[in-house]
Amino acid sequence: MIYFDNSATTRMAPEALETYDQVVKNIWGNPSSLHKLGDRAHQLLEASRRQIADLMGVKPHEIFFTSGGTESNNTAIKGTALAKREFGKHLITSSVEHASVANTFNELENLGFRVTRLPVDKEGRVNPEDLKRALDSDTTLVSIMGVNNEIGTIQPIREISEILEDYPNVHFHVDNVQAFGKGIWDQVFTSRVDMMSFSSHKFHGPRGIGILYKKEGRMIMPLCEGGGQEKGLRSGTENLAAIAAMARAARLVLTGESEKAARETAIKRRISDYLAGKPGIHIFSPMQDNFAPHVLCFALEGIRGETLVHTLEEQDIYISTTSACASKTADEASTLVAMRTPDDIATSAVRLSFDETNTLAEADEFIAAFDKIYRHFAKINHLGE
Amino acid sequence: MQYTEIMVRYGELSTKGKNRKDFINRLAGNVQKVLRDFPDLAIKTHHDRMHIILNGTPFEKVDERLKLVFGIQTYSPVIRTEKTLEEIEKTALELMQATYKEGMTFKVNTRRSDHKYEYDTNQLNQLVADYLYNHMTGLQAEMKRPDMVLRLEIRQDGAYISNQLLHGIGGMPVGTAGKAMMMLSGGIDSPVASYLAMKRGVDIEMVHFFSPPYTSEKALAKAMELTSILAKYCGKINFIQVPFAEIQETIKEKLPEGYLMTVQRRFMLRLADMIRAKRHGLAIFNGESVGQVASQTLESMAAINDVTATPVIRPVATMDKNEIIAKAEEIGTFDLSIQPFEDCCTIFAPPRPKTKPKIDKAREYEARLDVDGLLERALAGVKVTPIYPGQKFIDNIADEDAALL
Repeated sequence: MIYFDNSATTRMAPEALETYDQVVKNIWGNPSSLHKLGDRAHQLLEASRRQIADLMGVKPHEIFFTSGGTESNNTAIKGTALAKREFGKHLITSSVEHASVANTFNELENLGFRVTRLPVDKEGRVNPEDLKRALDSDTTLVSIMGVNNEIGTIQPIREISEILEDYPNVHFHVDNVQAFGKGIWDQVFTSRVDMMSFSSHKFHGPRGIGILYKKEGRMIMPLCEGGGQEKGLRSGTENLAAIAAMARAARLVLTGESEKAARETAIKRRISDYLAGKPGIHIFSPMQDNFAPHVLCFALEGIRGETLVHTLEEQDIYISTTSACASKTADEASTLVAMRTPDDIATSAVRLSFDETNTLAEADEFIAAFDKIYRHFAKINHLGE
Repeated sequence: MQYTEIMVRYGELSTKGKNRKDFINRLAGNVQKVLRDFPDLAIKTHHDRMHIILNGTPFEKVDERLKLVFGIQTYSPVIRTEKTLEEIEKTALELMQATYKEGMTFKVNTRRSDHKYEYDTNQLNQLVADYLYNHMTGLQAEMKRPDMVLRLEIRQDGAYISNQLLHGIGGMPVGTAGKAMMMLSGGIDSPVASYLAMKRGVDIEMVHFFSPPYTSEKALAKAMELTSILAKYCGKINFIQVPFAEIQETIKEKLPEGYLMTVQRRFMLRLADMIRAKRHGLAIFNGESVGQVASQTLESMAAINDVTATPVIRPVATMDKNEIIAKAEEIGTFDLSIQPFEDCCTIFAPPRPKTKPKIDKAREYEARLDVDGLLERALAGVKVTPIYPGQKFIDNIADEDAALL
């Protein structure tokens, strides 16, 4: 089996599973309980928080545990919009965000907020100048993803941060679900970033658990009221087994991070080199520093992405149309559409996404399998004639 | 560029004529203690200053610790070089380039203890300043009040160059004033009082009363962690925990409510005094502030203090709460002090304690109790734990659980 769909989800690390299992069996007290069992759970909870904070270079009290990327995004965006509604009702995002961001803004728009969606260039990147023009005295939030989940574009978070230095009251949220452990931390996190979202199952941790980073001093409104866990921002008894397993997975994925990213880059390059210049092939994820190392999106003209996914699946090779979350709805890829890619090419796009366990041998195997398919379809569609 | 040593100038102790040697040794010992996990350092003491030879240890790491040691007035990171003019000039330039910021004024100040050296101080001042001028842009000399002084010392064994003068926290080396017991509750005031006691050179040992099951393990852990924060200022503090539940229960059972607090405090002070005697302390310190609460009115203090003739010193007696809080924030104990774990001062606190208790009454009520027996049993349960800087007691995950992460 070749699994090239790591942006959809990753396989859980055996060590993380071991942690999960041990915690469920042995450390099952409620961290809020006063007795010893509760205290043991509380200690593990806080040690997990400290470990994650250390790994990210932030403070432990800036780390909040949520149910995943979707909840972190919702909390950051709605939480800011609601907490700051007295000060302004203008929100800024990009036109290439993940559904959990894009649809949250749609909802806020229905509730009466004004939303600006910044356009992107042909690489799927926002122009900081557009942001400058969009900001006004009514703006309370800017939410721009770090790495695009469909084609891997790294957004200019540093330049945006510089612009926002002049708007100290505006909250800056970065959806970094696709950016963790990919050797690009400096490009997607700055001291101006106020909030970030992360999802454990994107880095070999369990499902149903994620992180919201929120800088100290920034106030947002919680989405769930209750027993006041996570300093009141996210009530509900903590999913300790998943939290500890995630903390371990985070440590593991960051160990040797740059070598791992280099390995992913090499795989991406091997396949890119093969695809380059082939008639009917369009590559959307060039080999550039401002693209993530692990995502390769391309289209084979005239063949729907879905068809390619299923054809490769027969050979035990797993890839995706452009985003697993959207791939069951018939919508064409939103990022490619925002890039003004023609519809017929956008519907042909597929995404390969690698992780550190993939090998160059798998890349070669993929190339061999794909080459047969390519020649077959090229003949049918008269490509290169 | 790497600093090779730190020159430490003594504080107030320079003035204390005949005790100087003791003070210097004590300071050296304290410095040694706070730096004990840097094995490469060598500490040498002289009559007017101390040299800490870094032997490759980064200055920044040592600096973090050193700036908290009482008895240090100022200190400077220094680079030692060969005594050739070329080496001196090269090093001076590196040092200036690393620390000089545009617009600052500077001067060169040379001292020679090697009087056979080929250049005299004026010549050296001139030569080095000229060299810096020719190799840096924007330098401005200023003789009277320069922003930066490049100090150059020519000694027998080499040239010593520095351009930073860092301020220590002053005070007296802990231990030079003798030993005393500090009554540490875990609130905001007693850690500040501890700090102030240490500042005047007092070697304190913490006396902490705990009353399980009325107080939790967390309250004890909190007091111990506060001690570990305060240990940064001296290297190590002994923590003495005293079980107090039996005394509190007995008082509650047998005495009228108005005197519960006064008599409890009398017992605490008696116990602290007995521990002091055993451990050869000279005084008792506490965190009382006049009029702050019922137990801290002058009447209460008199009624409580009645049990001993040992000096009871109250460093924060005349400070406002806001001043105490500001100090607690400065010394790093505030955030921990406000953690809400009940201590033994709040449990068994009567709703309406007497703010003007009478000494006779307190004595009279106490006569109903087996005072000696209660004290004896409490003392039998005393436990002493040495506490070092940075030790964690509240966040204290078991090793096997930490291994899961």
